Amino acid sequence: MPTFISHHPAETEALGERWGRAAAPGLVLALSGDLGAGKTQLVKGLARGLGVTMRVHSPTFTLVNEYGGGRLTLFHLDLYRLETAAQLVSAGIEEFLSPDGVAVVEWAERLSALGPRGAGPGRPVAVTIEILSETERKIIYDDFGA
Amino acid sequence: MTLLALETSCDETSVAVIREGAVLANVVSSQVALHAEYGGVVPELAAREHLRNLIPVARAALDAAGVQPGQLDAVAATQGPGLPNALMVGFKAGQAVAYALGKPFVGIHHHEAHLYSPWIQTAAPAPRAGQGTEASPVAVAFANFADFQPNISLIVSGGHTMIVLVESELKHRVLGGTLDDAAGECFDKTGKLMGLAYPAGPDIDRLAEQGNPAAYDFPRPLLQDASDDFSFSGLKTAVRYFVRDHPELLEDARNVCDLCASVQAAIVDVLVTKTIRAARRNGVRCVTASGGVTCNRALRRELARACAREGFALHLADRALCTDNAAMIGILAERKLMRPGPPAPLDGEIQPGWILA
Repeated sequence: MPTFISHHPAETEALGERWGRAAAPGLVLALSGDLGAGKTQLVKGLARGLGVTMRVHSPTFTLVNEYGGGRLTLFHLDLYRLETAAQLVSAGIEEFLSPDGVAVVEWAERLSALGPRGAGPGRPVAVTIEILSETERKIIYDDFGA
Repeated sequence: MTLLALETSCDETSVAVIREGAVLANVVSSQVALHAEYGGVVPELAAREHLRNLIPVARAALDAAGVQPGQLDAVAATQGPGLPNALMVGFKAGQAVAYALGKPFVGIHHHEAHLYSPWIQTAAPAPRAGQGTEASPVAVAFANFADFQPNISLIVSGGHTMIVLVESELKHRVLGGTLDDAAGECFDKTGKLMGLAYPAGPDIDRLAEQGNPAAYDFPRPLLQDASDDFSFSGLKTAVRYFVRDHPELLEDARNVCDLCASVQAAIVDVLVTKTIRAARRNGVRCVTASGGVTCNRALRRELARACAREGFALHLADRALCTDNAAMIGILAERKLMRPGPPAPLDGEIQPGWILA
């Protein structure tokens, strides 16, 4: 799996921006990492790469933020508050896993409550951010051709 | 005008009945014993729960108000922003009720409603002798726009943090907002880092009351920045590393109280300083605040202190109306319907990503 070492939040954002420029419709990025790892930073870059000019902010409370105006619509999900399969289903999260645009899911490990997802076009691209030091991050991701 | 208002943008299902600025009833799902009816606990965070809750909550609100559906003159519902599935329930139900009754419908921006919630007073008027409560229901709150003046409005919740200039009734301009996390989210997530259960906002408020806010010096992000924007992500990270480097602090209850007070002081300091600065710069002499974080006691105290120092009037949303509620949706809807103009079409759609301009 490709690995990227980021030395600064700006580098994390730049990686996201490259992904945004390359993203195809239907892409789902499943983002994992601790509080403060830089998940939102990566999404900011992704939005910029997609040509979204709206300000990206955390969707933790609202669960889903939708950003239009770019090359593709960006759906930004945060599952931090959802713990059970019933909550995920009830909040309608599944609908965003085959998006008309690009979806990025923070705290994607919560999706495991829904059971294993098979390989195929709808399979989310796993992205994990590990904290190495105060500024260094290791970003490991499935190769999705970006 | 008697108006039915529905709010389903996030976690709470809420229905209110409004008449001439008086809130006759304001029912929020978490307050209602729906358990008996459905044989279970009402789960949080379940957008589709709105569908199950809406009718019993609406019935409870109409009953409390002593109003029959046929007596309604208008219907309002939150149109956005919010979770699509959640918004859909209240908004489409509102349109359907309006269509069935042949009455006007109005879709409301959730944050615009927050701007006016500090003008709703829940203090009950003195009961008049000889007036029975059976015949006329007692309003639970009243909107008082007689004192209205141009103001800076702080909307601060788990999902949003923004400073808005309200130039006149129904005329406003957003001056700034958060670049990353909302203030309420910063409370919740730093609390989690300090070992508290999520959401930690109310716990931090409680523990901080017994702590020393000057015990630890946490960063005040963007405090000196000239803009009206906020950033709380850096504070979250600072707390993360502080707790990692001083894990022993979490083992002592007194230290946890000091930590909570210190983190809270950093958040409150930024919110109050930037709100007051925005008021000064825009030449207004009134500050209002609403949203779930407005329940925080330190924020209420510090806003009151700062406004007293500046000679500003301060209107804080009543604690019962800080969090999501249909009363504020109905109060704003009534003001809008009193203005001349065509009613909203009955085939309008929800706007989940609606940005307050």
